[in-house]
Amino acid sequence: MSKVKIGVLALQGAVAEHIRSLELAGADSMAVKRVEQLDELDGLVIPGGESTTIGKLMRKYGFIERIREFHAAGRPLFGTCAGLIVLAKRIEGQEESHLGLMDISVARNAFGRQRESFETDLPIKGIDEPVRAVFIRAPLIREAGANVEVLATYNEEMVTAREGRLLVSSFHPELTDDYRLHEYFAGMVREARSGEAKG
Amino acid sequence: MQKGGVIMDVMNAEQAKIAEAAGATAVMALERVPSDIRAAGGVARMADPTIVEEVMKVVSIPVMAKARIGHYVEAKVLESLGVDYIDESEVLTPADEVFHIDKQEFTIPFVCGAKDLGEALRRIGEGASMLRTKGEPGTGNIVEAVRHMRLINGQIRKVKNLSKDELYAEAKNLGVSYDILLNIHESGKLPVVNFAAGGVATPADAALMMHLGADGVFVGSGIFKSDNPEKFARAIVEATTHYDDYRLIAEVSKNLGTPMKGIDIKQLAPSERMQDRGW
Repeated sequence: MSKVKIGVLALQGAVAEHIRSLELAGADSMAVKRVEQLDELDGLVIPGGESTTIGKLMRKYGFIERIREFHAAGRPLFGTCAGLIVLAKRIEGQEESHLGLMDISVARNAFGRQRESFETDLPIKGIDEPVRAVFIRAPLIREAGANVEVLATYNEEMVTAREGRLLVSSFHPELTDDYRLHEYFAGMVREARSGEAKG
Repeated sequence: MQKGGVIMDVMNAEQAKIAEAAGATAVMALERVPSDIRAAGGVARMADPTIVEEVMKVVSIPVMAKARIGHYVEAKVLESLGVDYIDESEVLTPADEVFHIDKQEFTIPFVCGAKDLGEALRRIGEGASMLRTKGEPGTGNIVEAVRHMRLINGQIRKVKNLSKDELYAEAKNLGVSYDILLNIHESGKLPVVNFAAGGVATPADAALMMHLGADGVFVGSGIFKSDNPEKFARAIVEATTHYDDYRLIAEVSKNLGTPMKGIDIKQLAPSERMQDRGW
């Protein structure tokens, strides 16, 4: 079976780091700046950055509709930090969501300002040993719908979750050498692709 | 996470909102932009805390503020306000002509200017977690930012190719520790992001700096000194993301009005050069 190809939305944020982690996790990867590039991909990462910047540029270049179609066609999405906010159906204190795909409510900058950034070893369901997690002005999942599986909590707050072909983490998994969450996502992408091939 | 983004100088809450709406990844709260500081002369200091707090109230993106080089107390004051980054900046008049702030003991990350690899590594050694070129602020002239970015990246390539026994002498030349130089030799890159700053006056300037390897762009006087700040700010953001899409840069550069007039670096007396502040 050929390698899965997972893009990283490259409008702003930690793009090169995600590409490196995805490649270490055994996937092919590329930076995605134009909507046409989605056609050659099996999955997409929406990286950490500033969600207002990323959301604005996604609208500008028509990524909102195209990524919704991409997901509706069976392709998995992985949102980290700002990417989590971009995927959420509800953002506290804001009327509008961005992609609005995942049945979660999120709070931006939930841990506070930049100085409240921190690192911890986080146990994640489905991954054997704790994962090194870097939280930078991280968002939190305040509420999760019935079909959302919570994969990790920190101080009883939800910080990693999955709903079908959507995966989100409020920390930055791409900033360490620990690429197991990327492996987990690559597994989701492989599964989605083989399901598609059978169906 | 500012990587790949644009950080904009703002002087009040209204400008901060325009910057955020245009897609800035952070704002720098200032009392005066560099070109005004240059014009006004005299001693330039930390901004009035009221301005910093007003800006922090109205935007959800990170807010940065500047302290004078070596001014420990200005930095502590900014830390107490809870800003997201402190810029120990040569744009303000230095408070100490020998020592920079010991940034290790702060809980707030620092950004510092550097015009060569020695300066960059000394700042990292003191605890800076983000770097920027010094450029020549408030001139609207990109030549110095280009010089600094090319020099730093060229020096990194050189260090990468040195043999291990040559690193000792190079550490002495650059005025940095052997250990930090060994890290550069092995990784071939800086351990922190390096943004372009100083003299970015057009979308093409921003894109040029990304092409030369900047991790993002600071825009100071350029935006709110232009005819249409909102449009100008959006154009800089788009040109930074799509720095290798020249059609797009052409589109966003149309009808932006007159950019800031700019100053030829050769006409600046050495005493007027901000980049020579800091060591």
